[in-house]
Amino acid sequence: MSAANLLSLGQTALEQGLISSLTVLALFLSYSMLNVCDLSTDGCFTLGATVGAIVALAGHPWLSLPAAMAAGMLSGLVTAVLQTKMGVDSLLAGIIVNTGLYSVNIAVMGNASFMNLNQTETVFTVLKGLLSGSVLAGQYKTLAALLTVGLTVGFLCWFLHTRMGLAIRATGDNPDMVRSSSVNTALTTIVGLCVANAFTALSGCLLAQSQKSVNIDIGSGMVTIALASLLIGNVFFNRTRPLGLRTLGAVIGAILFRLVYALALLLRMPAYMLKLVSSVIVVIAISGPYLRSRLPLWKRQLNARRKGGAGEC
Amino acid sequence: MLSLQNISMTFHPGTVNARLALDDLSLHLAPGDFAAIVGSNGAGKSTLFNAIAGNFFVDSGRILLDGRDMTFLPQHKRSRQIGRLFQDPLRGTAPNMSIEENLALAYLRTSPSKAPFSRLSNRDRELFRERLRLLDMGLEDRMRQPVGLLSGGQRQALTLLMATIVPPKLLLLDEHTAALDPAAAEKVLKLTRETVERDRITCLMVTHNMSQALEYGNRTLMMAGGRIVLDVSGEERRALSVGDLIDRFRKESGTEGDNDRILLE
Repeated sequence: MSAANLLSLGQTALEQGLISSLTVLALFLSYSMLNVCDLSTDGCFTLGATVGAIVALAGHPWLSLPAAMAAGMLSGLVTAVLQTKMGVDSLLAGIIVNTGLYSVNIAVMGNASFMNLNQTETVFTVLKGLLSGSVLAGQYKTLAALLTVGLTVGFLCWFLHTRMGLAIRATGDNPDMVRSSSVNTALTTIVGLCVANAFTALSGCLLAQSQKSVNIDIGSGMVTIALASLLIGNVFFNRTRPLGLRTLGAVIGAILFRLVYALALLLRMPAYMLKLVSSVIVVIAISGPYLRSRLPLWKRQLNARRKGGAGEC
Repeated sequence: MLSLQNISMTFHPGTVNARLALDDLSLHLAPGDFAAIVGSNGAGKSTLFNAIAGNFFVDSGRILLDGRDMTFLPQHKRSRQIGRLFQDPLRGTAPNMSIEENLALAYLRTSPSKAPFSRLSNRDRELFRERLRLLDMGLEDRMRQPVGLLSGGQRQALTLLMATIVPPKLLLLDEHTAALDPAAAEKVLKLTRETVERDRITCLMVTHNMSQALEYGNRTLMMAGGRIVLDVSGEERRALSVGDLIDRFRKESGTEGDNDRILLE
Protein backbone atom coordinates (compact mmCIF):
# COMPACT_ATOMS: atom_id res chain seq x y z
CA MET A 1 0.00 0.00 0.00
CA SER A 2 1.60 3.26 -1.10
CA ALA A 3 1.41 6.59 0.63
CA ALA A 4 -0.68 8.00 -2.21
CA ASN A 5 -3.18 5.17 -1.79
CA LEU A 6 -3.41 5.79 1.91
CA LEU A 7 -3.96 9.47 1.35
CA SER A 8 -6.74 8.82 -1.13
CA LEU A 9 -8.34 6.40 1.30
CA GLY A 10 -8.19 9.04 4.03
CA GLN A 11 -9.67 11.62 1.71
CA THR A 12 -12.56 9.33 0.78
CA ALA A 13 -13.22 8.68 4.46
CA LEU A 14 -13.17 12.41 5.16
CA GLU A 15 -15.58 13.13 2.34
CA GLN A 16 -17.94 10.28 3.27
CA GLY A 17 -17.75 11.25 6.92
CA LEU A 18 -18.64 14.86 6.13
CA ILE A 19 -21.60 13.83 3.98
CA SER A 20 -22.95 11.40 6.58
CA SER A 21 -22.33 13.95 9.34
CA LEU A 22 -25.41 15.77 8.03
CA THR A 23 -27.47 12.77 9.10
CA VAL A 24 -25.60 12.73 12.41
CA LEU A 25 -26.49 16.41 12.90
CA ALA A 26 -30.11 15.55 12.11
CA LEU A 27 -30.04 12.90 14.84
CA PHE A 28 -28.31 15.39 17.14
CA LEU A 29 -31.42 17.53 16.77
CA SER A 30 -34.04 14.74 17.01
CA TYR A 31 -32.30 12.28 19.36
CA SER A 32 -30.09 14.44 21.60
CA MET A 33 -32.20 17.59 21.67
CA LEU A 34 -35.81 16.50 21.16
CA ASN A 35 -35.31 13.05 22.72
CA VAL A 36 -37.15 11.35 19.86
CA CYS A 37 -35.54 8.33 18.23
CA ASP A 38 -36.52 8.89 14.61
CA LEU A 39 -36.57 5.48 12.93
CA SER A 40 -37.71 6.95 9.61
CA THR A 41 -34.12 8.12 9.09
CA ASP A 42 -33.19 5.26 6.71
CA GLY A 43 -36.14 5.84 4.41
CA CYS A 44 -35.75 9.59 4.55
CA PHE A 45 -32.07 9.33 3.62
CA THR A 46 -33.02 7.26 0.57
CA LEU A 47 -35.85 9.69 -0.23
CA GLY A 48 -33.35 12.55 -0.33
CA ALA A 49 -31.14 10.49 -2.64
CA THR A 50 -33.91 9.55 -5.07
CA VAL A 51 -35.57 12.98 -5.19
CA GLY A 52 -32.20 14.70 -5.57
CA ALA A 53 -31.21 12.31 -8.34
CA ILE A 54 -34.46 12.79 -10.27
CA VAL A 55 -34.15 16.58 -10.13
CA ALA A 56 -30.48 16.42 -11.14
CA LEU A 57 -31.37 14.08 -14.03
CA ALA A 58 -33.93 16.64 -15.14
CA GLY A 59 -31.03 19.06 -15.50
CA HIS A 60 -31.21 21.08 -12.29
CA PRO A 61 -28.20 20.13 -10.15
CA TRP A 62 -28.59 23.08 -7.74
CA LEU A 63 -32.33 22.66 -7.42
CA SER A 64 -31.76 19.04 -6.37
CA LEU A 65 -30.58 20.15 -2.91
CA PRO A 66 -33.63 22.19 -1.84
CA ALA A 67 -35.88 19.61 -3.53
CA ALA A 68 -34.38 16.79 -1.47
CA MET A 69 -34.65 18.90 1.71
CA ALA A 70 -38.29 19.71 1.01
CA ALA A 71 -39.04 16.02 0.50
CA GLY A 72 -37.28 15.24 3.79
CA MET A 73 -39.29 17.90 5.57
CA LEU A 74 -42.51 16.42 4.25
CA SER A 75 -41.47 12.98 5.50
CA GLY A 76 -40.58 14.48 8.89
CA LEU A 77 -43.93 16.23 8.99
CA VAL A 78 -45.76 12.92 8.49
CA THR A 79 -43.73 11.20 11.22
CA ALA A 80 -44.30 14.10 13.62
CA VAL A 81 -48.02 14.45 12.94
CA LEU A 82 -48.49 10.70 13.46
CA GLN A 83 -46.95 10.88 16.92
CA THR A 84 -48.29 14.24 18.13
CA LYS A 85 -51.75 14.45 16.61
CA MET A 86 -52.80 10.89 15.82
CA GLY A 87 -51.81 8.94 18.90
CA VAL A 88 -49.17 6.73 17.26
CA ASP A 89 -46.22 5.82 19.47
CA SER A 90 -43.11 7.73 18.42
CA LEU A 91 -40.98 4.65 17.58
CA LEU A 92 -43.85 3.07 15.69
CA ALA A 93 -44.49 6.29 13.76
CA GLY A 94 -40.90 6.19 12.49
CA ILE A 95 -41.13 2.53 11.50
CA ILE A 96 -44.43 3.05 9.67
CA VAL A 97 -43.11 6.02 7.71
CA ASN A 98 -39.90 4.13 6.95
CA THR A 99 -41.85 1.22 5.50
CA GLY A 100 -44.08 3.51 3.46
CA LEU A 101 -41.08 5.40 2.11
CA TYR A 102 -39.73 2.20 0.52
CA SER A 103 -42.62 2.24 -1.96
CA VAL A 104 -42.40 6.00 -2.37
CA ASN A 105 -38.71 5.77 -3.20
CA ILE A 106 -39.23 3.09 -5.85
CA ALA A 107 -42.02 5.20 -7.30
CA VAL A 108 -39.80 8.31 -7.36
CA MET A 109 -37.18 6.37 -9.30
CA GLY A 110 -39.88 5.38 -11.79
CA ASN A 111 -40.54 1.81 -10.73
CA ALA A 112 -36.84 0.99 -10.50
CA SER A 113 -34.57 0.23 -7.58
CA PHE A 114 -31.42 1.63 -9.14
CA MET A 115 -30.49 4.84 -10.91
CA ASN A 116 -27.29 5.77 -12.68
CA LEU A 117 -25.98 9.34 -12.48
CA ASN A 118 -22.74 8.73 -14.37
CA GLN A 119 -23.53 11.15 -17.19
CA THR A 120 -25.56 13.54 -15.06
CA GLU A 121 -24.59 17.03 -14.08
CA THR A 122 -24.55 17.08 -10.26
CA VAL A 123 -23.52 19.72 -7.71
CA PHE A 124 -20.16 17.96 -7.57
CA THR A 125 -19.52 18.05 -11.32
CA VAL A 126 -20.60 21.69 -11.43
CA LEU A 127 -18.16 22.51 -8.66
CA LYS A 128 -15.46 20.46 -10.35
CA GLY A 129 -15.91 22.57 -13.47
CA LEU A 130 -15.79 25.79 -11.44
CA LEU A 131 -12.59 24.76 -9.64
CA SER A 132 -10.76 23.28 -12.63
CA GLY A 133 -7.28 24.72 -12.95
CA SER A 134 -7.13 26.00 -9.34
CA VAL A 135 -5.12 24.39 -6.56
CA LEU A 136 -8.29 22.99 -5.03
CA ALA A 137 -9.34 21.14 -8.19
CA GLY A 138 -8.66 17.72 -6.70
CA GLN A 139 -10.57 18.50 -3.51
CA TYR A 140 -13.88 19.52 -5.01
CA LYS A 141 -15.90 16.78 -3.29
CA THR A 142 -14.44 17.39 0.15
CA LEU A 143 -14.85 21.11 -0.36
CA ALA A 144 -18.53 20.82 -1.29
CA ALA A 145 -19.21 18.57 1.69
CA LEU A 146 -17.24 20.83 4.03
CA LEU A 147 -19.18 23.87 2.88
CA THR A 148 -22.55 22.17 3.41
CA VAL A 149 -21.58 20.85 6.82
CA GLY A 150 -20.26 24.28 7.84
CA LEU A 151 -23.54 25.91 6.84
CA THR A 152 -25.54 23.24 8.65
CA VAL A 153 -23.52 23.55 11.88
CA GLY A 154 -23.88 27.33 11.70
CA PHE A 155 -27.60 27.06 11.15
CA LEU A 156 -28.07 24.62 14.05
CA CYS A 157 -26.08 26.81 16.45
CA TRP A 158 -28.23 29.78 15.50
CA PHE A 159 -31.49 27.84 15.48
CA LEU A 160 -31.03 26.16 18.86
CA HIS A 161 -30.67 29.55 20.54
CA THR A 162 -33.82 31.05 19.08
CA ARG A 163 -37.09 31.00 20.94
CA MET A 164 -38.23 27.99 18.90
CA GLY A 165 -34.87 26.23 19.39
CA LEU A 166 -34.97 26.74 23.16
CA ALA A 167 -38.51 25.35 23.22
CA ILE A 168 -37.40 22.29 21.24
CA ARG A 169 -34.52 21.67 23.64
CA ALA A 170 -36.77 22.07 26.67
CA THR A 171 -39.25 19.61 25.13
CA GLY A 172 -36.53 16.98 25.15
CA ASP A 173 -35.03 18.03 28.47
CA ASN A 174 -38.03 18.31 30.78
CA PRO A 175 -41.39 17.42 29.20
CA ASP A 176 -43.06 17.98 32.57
CA MET A 177 -41.98 21.60 32.62
CA VAL A 178 -42.86 22.14 28.99
CA ARG A 179 -46.37 20.81 29.38
CA SER A 180 -47.09 23.26 32.17
CA SER A 181 -45.42 26.18 30.43
CA SER A 182 -46.68 27.81 27.31
CA VAL A 183 -44.75 25.62 24.90
CA ASN A 184 -46.88 23.69 22.44
CA THR A 185 -45.04 20.35 22.47
CA ALA A 186 -46.81 19.16 19.34
CA LEU A 187 -45.48 22.18 17.46
CA THR A 188 -41.91 21.85 18.76
CA THR A 189 -41.86 18.15 17.85
CA ILE A 190 -43.19 18.88 14.37
CA VAL A 191 -40.71 21.69 13.68
CA GLY A 192 -37.82 19.70 15.15
CA LEU A 193 -38.50 16.59 13.08
CA CYS A 194 -39.07 18.61 9.89
CA VAL A 195 -35.71 20.37 10.24
CA ALA A 196 -33.91 17.16 11.20
CA ASN A 197 -35.34 15.21 8.27
CA ALA A 198 -34.44 18.00 5.85
CA PHE A 199 -30.80 17.44 6.80
CA THR A 200 -31.11 13.67 6.59
CA ALA A 201 -32.49 13.98 3.06
CA LEU A 202 -29.78 16.46 2.10
CA SER A 203 -27.23 13.96 3.34
CA GLY A 204 -28.72 11.23 1.13
CA CYS A 205 -28.89 13.57 -1.85
CA LEU A 206 -25.20 14.45 -1.55
CA LEU A 207 -24.11 10.83 -1.09
CA ALA A 208 -26.00 9.74 -4.23
CA GLN A 209 -24.49 12.54 -6.29
CA SER A 210 -21.02 11.92 -4.93
CA GLN A 211 -21.10 8.19 -5.76
CA LYS A 212 -23.04 8.86 -8.98
CA SER A 213 -25.73 6.31 -8.37
CA VAL A 214 -28.77 5.63 -6.23
CA ASN A 215 -29.72 2.24 -4.93
CA ILE A 216 -32.91 1.56 -2.98
CA ASP A 217 -30.66 0.27 -0.17
CA ILE A 218 -28.53 3.43 0.00
CA GLY A 219 -30.04 4.43 3.34
CA SER A 220 -30.40 1.07 5.02
CA GLY A 221 -28.77 1.05 8.44
CA MET A 222 -28.14 4.81 8.31
CA VAL A 223 -29.91 5.41 11.64
CA THR A 224 -27.57 3.03 13.46
CA ILE A 225 -24.46 4.29 11.68
CA ALA A 226 -25.41 7.89 12.47
CA LEU A 227 -26.21 7.02 16.09
CA ALA A 228 -22.82 5.34 16.42
CA SER A 229 -21.15 8.47 15.04
CA LEU A 230 -23.19 10.69 17.36
CA LEU A 231 -22.21 8.64 20.40
CA ILE A 232 -18.55 8.66 19.36
CA GLY A 233 -18.83 12.45 19.12
CA ASN A 234 -20.30 12.52 22.64
CA VAL A 235 -17.06 11.06 23.93
CA PHE A 236 -15.26 14.24 22.86
CA PHE A 237 -17.90 16.78 23.84
CA ASN A 238 -20.48 15.46 26.28
CA ARG A 239 -23.75 17.10 27.20
CA THR A 240 -22.24 19.53 29.66
CA ARG A 241 -20.33 21.31 26.87
CA PRO A 242 -21.63 24.27 24.87
CA LEU A 243 -23.90 23.43 21.93
CA GLY A 244 -21.43 24.65 19.30
CA LEU A 245 -18.83 22.18 20.48
CA ARG A 246 -21.39 19.39 20.66
CA THR A 247 -22.45 19.88 17.04
CA LEU A 248 -18.77 19.89 16.12
CA GLY A 249 -18.41 16.67 18.13
CA ALA A 250 -21.14 15.10 15.99
CA VAL A 251 -19.19 15.96 12.82
CA ILE A 252 -15.93 14.67 14.30
CA GLY A 253 -17.71 11.47 15.34
CA ALA A 254 -18.96 10.92 11.79
CA ILE A 255 -15.52 11.44 10.25
CA LEU A 256 -13.84 9.26 12.85
CA PHE A 257 -16.34 6.49 12.25
CA ARG A 258 -15.54 6.51 8.53
CA LEU A 259 -11.79 6.62 9.19
CA VAL A 260 -11.95 3.62 11.50
CA TYR A 261 -14.10 1.84 8.94
CA ALA A 262 -11.58 2.62 6.19
CA LEU A 263 -8.80 1.33 8.41
CA ALA A 264 -10.73 -1.86 9.10
CA LEU A 265 -11.17 -2.38 5.35
CA LEU A 266 -7.41 -2.00 4.94
CA LEU A 267 -6.98 -4.76 7.49
CA ARG A 268 -9.14 -6.94 5.25
CA MET A 269 -12.39 -6.65 7.14
CA PRO A 270 -15.11 -7.49 4.59
CA ALA A 271 -17.17 -4.44 3.58
CA TYR A 272 -20.43 -6.11 4.61
CA MET A 273 -19.33 -5.97 8.27
CA LEU A 274 -19.98 -2.19 8.39
CA LYS A 275 -23.48 -2.52 9.79
CA LEU A 276 -22.60 -5.10 12.42
CA VAL A 277 -19.74 -2.91 13.58
CA SER A 278 -22.03 0.13 13.83
CA SER A 279 -24.57 -1.90 15.79
CA VAL A 280 -21.90 -3.05 18.24
CA ILE A 281 -20.64 0.51 18.69
CA VAL A 282 -24.15 1.75 19.50
CA VAL A 283 -24.67 -1.07 21.99
CA ILE A 284 -21.34 -0.38 23.71
CA ALA A 285 -21.92 3.38 23.81
CA ILE A 286 -25.43 3.13 25.25
CA SER A 287 -25.15 0.15 27.57
CA GLY A 288 -21.54 0.79 28.63
CA PRO A 289 -22.33 3.56 31.14
CA TYR A 290 -25.31 1.56 32.45
CA LEU A 291 -23.29 -1.61 32.97
CA ARG A 292 -20.51 0.38 34.59
CA SER A 293 -22.97 1.83 37.09
CA ARG A 294 -24.10 -1.71 37.96
CA LEU A 295 -20.55 -2.96 38.44
CA PRO A 296 -20.16 -2.04 42.15
CA LEU A 297 -23.41 -3.85 42.97
CA TRP A 298 -22.30 -6.99 41.14
CA LYS A 299 -19.01 -6.89 42.98
CA ARG A 300 -20.81 -6.67 46.32
CA GLN A 301 -23.15 -9.50 45.38
CA LEU A 302 -20.19 -11.63 44.30
CA ASN A 303 -18.33 -10.90 47.53
CA ALA A 304 -21.40 -11.67 49.60
CA ARG A 305 -21.81 -14.99 47.83
CA ARG A 306 -18.14 -15.87 48.35
CA LYS A 307 -18.40 -15.21 52.05
CA GLY A 308 -21.61 -17.21 52.03
CA GLY A 309 -24.02 -17.50 54.95
CA ALA A 310 -25.61 -14.17 55.76
CA GLY A 311 -25.92 -12.99 52.14
CA GLU A 312 -27.90 -16.09 51.11
CA CYS A 313 -31.56 -15.75 50.32
CA MET B 1 -59.26 38.81 37.95
CA LEU B 2 -60.03 35.11 38.18
CA SER B 3 -63.61 33.99 38.11
CA LEU B 4 -64.66 30.36 38.43
CA GLN B 5 -68.37 29.92 37.83
CA ASN B 6 -69.97 26.69 39.02
CA ILE B 7 -67.25 24.39 37.76
CA SER B 8 -67.64 20.62 38.20
CA MET B 9 -65.37 17.77 37.29
CA THR B 10 -65.94 14.03 37.60
CA PHE B 11 -63.11 11.58 37.02
CA HIS B 12 -63.87 8.15 35.52
CA PRO B 13 -67.56 8.94 34.97
CA GLY B 14 -69.87 5.97 34.65
CA THR B 15 -67.52 3.55 36.35
CA VAL B 16 -67.29 2.26 39.91
CA ASN B 17 -64.32 4.58 40.32
CA ALA B 18 -66.32 7.67 39.43
CA ARG B 19 -65.31 10.52 41.70
CA LEU B 20 -66.69 14.03 41.86
CA ALA B 21 -63.47 16.01 42.31
CA LEU B 22 -64.92 19.50 41.85
CA ASP B 23 -68.49 20.03 42.97
CA ASP B 24 -70.18 23.13 41.55
CA LEU B 25 -67.34 25.28 42.75
CA SER B 26 -67.37 29.05 42.38
CA LEU B 27 -64.58 31.44 43.29
CA HIS B 28 -63.81 35.04 42.49
CA LEU B 29 -60.44 36.61 43.04
CA ALA B 30 -60.07 40.39 42.85
CA PRO B 31 -56.91 41.78 41.22
CA GLY B 32 -54.06 41.55 43.71
CA ASP B 33 -55.80 38.95 45.87
CA PHE B 34 -53.38 36.49 47.49
CA ALA B 35 -55.37 33.52 48.77
CA ALA B 36 -53.96 30.60 50.75
CA ILE B 37 -55.81 27.30 50.36
CA VAL B 38 -55.84 24.50 52.92
CA GLY B 39 -57.62 21.17 52.72
CA SER B 40 -57.00 17.52 53.39
CA ASN B 41 -55.57 15.16 50.78
CA GLY B 42 -58.21 14.52 48.14
CA ALA B 43 -60.12 17.70 48.93
CA GLY B 44 -59.64 18.83 45.32
CA LYS B 45 -56.89 21.44 45.68
CA SER B 46 -54.68 20.06 42.92
CA THR B 47 -57.70 19.30 40.75
CA LEU B 48 -58.74 22.93 41.15
CA PHE B 49 -55.29 24.07 40.01
CA ASN B 50 -55.31 21.63 37.11
CA ALA B 51 -58.71 22.93 36.04
CA ILE B 52 -57.50 26.52 36.13
CA ALA B 53 -54.23 25.73 34.35
CA GLY B 54 -56.01 23.68 31.69
CA ASN B 55 -54.61 20.17 32.28
CA PHE B 56 -58.17 19.09 31.47
CA PHE B 57 -61.40 20.79 30.52
CA VAL B 58 -64.08 20.94 33.21
CA ASP B 59 -67.36 19.05 32.71
CA SER B 60 -69.46 22.13 33.36
CA GLY B 61 -69.08 25.73 34.44
CA ARG B 62 -66.97 28.60 33.12
CA ILE B 63 -63.47 29.85 33.83
CA LEU B 64 -62.70 33.52 33.22
CA LEU B 65 -59.36 35.25 33.61
CA ASP B 66 -59.33 39.03 33.44
CA GLY B 67 -62.74 38.95 31.78
CA ARG B 68 -61.67 36.53 29.04
CA ASP B 69 -63.44 33.18 28.84
CA MET B 70 -60.77 30.49 28.77
CA THR B 71 -62.91 27.47 29.60
CA PHE B 72 -61.80 25.72 26.42
CA LEU B 73 -58.42 27.36 25.91
CA PRO B 74 -55.65 24.72 25.72
CA GLN B 75 -53.07 24.56 28.50
CA HIS B 76 -50.17 26.05 26.59
CA LYS B 77 -52.21 29.13 25.68
CA ARG B 78 -53.41 29.69 29.23
CA SER B 79 -49.91 29.45 30.61
CA ARG B 80 -48.95 32.65 28.82
CA GLN B 81 -50.92 34.38 31.56
CA ILE B 82 -50.74 31.83 34.36
CA GLY B 83 -47.52 31.01 36.21
CA ARG B 84 -47.39 27.77 38.16
CA LEU B 85 -45.00 26.25 40.68
CA PHE B 86 -45.15 22.62 41.79
CA GLN B 87 -44.03 20.87 44.92
CA ASP B 88 -41.23 19.10 43.02
CA PRO B 89 -38.50 21.69 42.42
CA LEU B 90 -37.19 19.62 39.48
CA ARG B 91 -40.42 20.05 37.59
CA GLY B 92 -40.20 23.69 36.65
CA THR B 93 -36.79 23.91 34.99
CA ALA B 94 -34.85 22.15 32.21
CA PRO B 95 -31.75 20.65 33.89
CA ASN B 96 -29.46 20.47 30.88
CA MET B 97 -30.10 24.03 29.82
CA SER B 98 -28.33 26.97 31.42
CA ILE B 99 -29.92 29.39 33.89
CA GLU B 100 -29.90 32.01 31.17
CA GLU B 101 -31.59 29.71 28.65
CA ASN B 102 -34.28 28.69 31.12
CA LEU B 103 -35.01 32.33 31.84
CA ALA B 104 -34.99 33.09 28.12
CA LEU B 105 -37.58 30.39 27.54
CA ALA B 106 -39.81 31.87 30.23
CA TYR B 107 -39.20 35.42 29.10
CA LEU B 108 -39.69 34.91 25.36
CA ARG B 109 -42.74 32.67 25.72
CA THR B 110 -44.82 35.28 27.46
CA SER B 111 -44.54 37.72 24.61
CA PRO B 112 -46.53 36.28 21.71
CA SER B 113 -45.65 39.31 19.63
CA LYS B 114 -42.04 38.16 19.43
CA ALA B 115 -41.22 36.08 16.38
CA PRO B 116 -40.48 32.38 16.94
CA PHE B 117 -36.93 32.91 15.76
CA SER B 118 -36.13 35.84 17.98
CA ARG B 119 -33.03 35.52 20.11
CA LEU B 120 -31.93 36.87 23.44
CA SER B 121 -30.48 40.38 23.34
CA ASN B 122 -27.84 41.77 25.66
CA ARG B 123 -30.48 43.99 27.20
CA ASP B 124 -32.52 40.89 28.08
CA ARG B 125 -29.40 39.36 29.66
CA GLU B 126 -28.87 42.47 31.74
CA LEU B 127 -32.47 42.24 32.95
CA PHE B 128 -31.96 38.58 33.90
CA ARG B 129 -28.80 39.43 35.83
CA GLU B 130 -30.60 42.18 37.68
CA ARG B 131 -33.53 39.96 38.59
CA LEU B 132 -31.26 37.06 39.61
CA ARG B 133 -29.40 39.42 41.92
CA LEU B 134 -32.66 40.04 43.78
CA LEU B 135 -32.76 36.32 44.66
CA ASP B 136 -29.56 36.90 46.62
CA MET B 137 -28.21 33.44 45.83
CA GLY B 138 -25.23 34.38 43.67
CA LEU B 139 -26.97 32.95 40.59
CA GLU B 140 -26.28 36.14 38.61
CA ASP B 141 -22.67 34.98 38.30
CA ARG B 142 -23.60 31.47 37.17
CA MET B 143 -25.91 32.28 34.27
CA ARG B 144 -24.12 29.99 31.83
CA GLN B 145 -24.21 26.96 34.13
CA PRO B 146 -26.73 24.17 33.63
CA VAL B 147 -29.66 24.34 36.04
CA GLY B 148 -29.08 20.69 37.00
CA LEU B 149 -26.17 21.84 39.17
CA LEU B 150 -28.39 23.96 41.46
CA SER B 151 -29.86 22.90 44.79
CA GLY B 152 -33.60 22.30 45.21
CA GLY B 153 -34.11 25.68 46.87
CA GLN B 154 -32.16 27.48 44.16
CA ARG B 155 -34.12 25.69 41.45
CA GLN B 156 -37.44 26.60 43.06
CA ALA B 157 -36.36 30.23 43.45
CA LEU B 158 -35.37 30.22 39.77
CA THR B 159 -38.73 28.67 38.83
CA LEU B 160 -40.44 31.45 40.78
CA LEU B 161 -38.43 34.03 38.88
CA MET B 162 -39.25 32.31 35.57
CA ALA B 163 -42.96 32.33 36.39
CA THR B 164 -42.94 36.00 37.33
CA ILE B 165 -40.22 37.60 35.17
CA VAL B 166 -43.10 38.84 33.07
CA PRO B 167 -45.77 39.27 35.77
CA PRO B 168 -48.55 36.74 35.07
CA LYS B 169 -52.21 37.56 35.60
CA LEU B 170 -52.41 34.64 37.99
CA LEU B 171 -49.80 32.71 39.95
CA LEU B 172 -50.58 29.17 41.14
CA LEU B 173 -48.38 27.86 43.96
CA ASP B 174 -48.98 24.17 44.58
CA GLU B 175 -47.21 23.52 47.90
CA HIS B 176 -44.12 24.95 46.29
CA THR B 177 -41.98 24.88 49.42
CA ALA B 178 -43.09 21.53 50.86
CA ALA B 179 -40.16 19.57 49.41
CA LEU B 180 -37.49 22.04 50.52
CA ASP B 181 -35.45 22.05 53.70
CA PRO B 182 -36.70 24.59 56.31
CA ALA B 183 -34.11 27.27 55.52
CA ALA B 184 -34.67 27.04 51.77
CA ALA B 185 -38.44 26.95 52.24
CA GLU B 186 -38.34 30.13 54.28
CA LYS B 187 -36.15 31.84 51.71
CA VAL B 188 -38.43 30.86 48.81
CA LEU B 189 -41.52 31.94 50.76
CA LYS B 190 -39.94 35.30 51.50
CA LEU B 191 -39.12 35.74 47.81
CA THR B 192 -42.66 34.71 46.91
CA ARG B 193 -44.16 37.30 49.21
CA GLU B 194 -41.83 40.04 47.97
CA THR B 195 -42.51 39.26 44.31
CA VAL B 196 -46.25 38.94 44.66
CA GLU B 197 -46.53 42.18 46.65
CA ARG B 198 -44.16 44.13 44.41
CA ASP B 199 -45.96 43.25 41.17
CA ARG B 200 -49.40 42.96 42.78
CA ILE B 201 -49.85 39.50 41.26
CA THR B 202 -53.13 37.70 41.89
CA CYS B 203 -52.09 34.48 43.57
CA LEU B 204 -53.44 31.16 44.84
CA MET B 205 -51.23 29.17 47.21
CA VAL B 206 -51.87 25.64 48.47
CA THR B 207 -50.27 24.93 51.81
CA HIS B 208 -50.50 22.36 54.58
CA ASN B 209 -49.14 24.80 57.07
CA MET B 210 -52.02 26.34 59.04
CA SER B 211 -50.08 29.30 60.35
CA GLN B 212 -48.86 30.10 56.83
CA ALA B 213 -52.44 29.93 55.64
CA LEU B 214 -53.36 32.74 58.03
CA GLU B 215 -50.15 34.69 57.79
CA TYR B 216 -49.67 34.89 54.02
CA GLY B 217 -51.85 36.89 51.69
CA ASN B 218 -55.22 38.50 52.35
CA ARG B 219 -57.62 35.53 52.11
CA THR B 220 -57.76 32.03 53.50
CA LEU B 221 -59.76 29.31 51.74
CA MET B 222 -60.49 25.79 52.90
CA MET B 223 -61.51 23.01 50.55
CA ALA B 224 -63.30 19.74 51.30
CA GLY B 225 -65.07 17.32 48.98
CA GLY B 226 -64.47 19.44 45.89
CA ARG B 227 -66.02 22.57 47.38
CA ILE B 228 -64.77 25.68 49.07
CA VAL B 229 -66.10 25.37 52.62
CA LEU B 230 -64.41 28.39 54.17
CA ASP B 231 -63.50 31.73 52.65
CA VAL B 232 -62.35 34.36 55.09
CA SER B 233 -60.65 37.72 54.68
CA GLY B 234 -60.25 41.03 56.45
CA GLU B 235 -61.43 41.40 60.04
CA GLU B 236 -62.92 37.92 60.21
CA ARG B 237 -59.60 36.41 59.13
CA ARG B 238 -57.59 38.43 61.62
CA ALA B 239 -59.82 37.14 64.37
CA LEU B 240 -59.20 33.54 63.37
CA SER B 241 -56.50 31.67 65.30
CA VAL B 242 -54.49 28.70 64.10
CA GLY B 243 -56.39 26.60 66.64
CA ASP B 244 -59.74 27.71 65.19
CA LEU B 245 -58.56 26.81 61.70
CA ILE B 246 -57.41 23.35 62.78
CA ASP B 247 -60.72 22.66 64.53
CA ARG B 248 -62.59 23.67 61.43
CA PHE B 249 -60.20 21.58 59.29
CA ARG B 250 -60.83 18.45 61.38
CA LYS B 251 -64.55 18.96 61.26
CA GLU B 252 -64.59 19.45 57.49
CA SER B 253 -62.26 16.60 56.62
CA GLY B 254 -64.11 14.28 59.00
CA THR B 255 -60.93 13.01 60.61
CA GLU B 256 -59.10 13.67 63.79
CA GLY B 257 -56.23 14.81 61.66
CA ASP B 258 -54.08 11.82 62.50
CA ASN B 259 -53.60 10.63 58.97
CA ASP B 260 -53.42 14.10 57.48
CA ARG B 261 -50.46 16.30 57.24
CA ILE B 262 -51.12 19.36 59.35
CA LEU B 263 -48.18 21.53 60.14
CA LEU B 264 -48.33 23.85 63.09
CA GLU B 265 -44.85 25.18 63.66
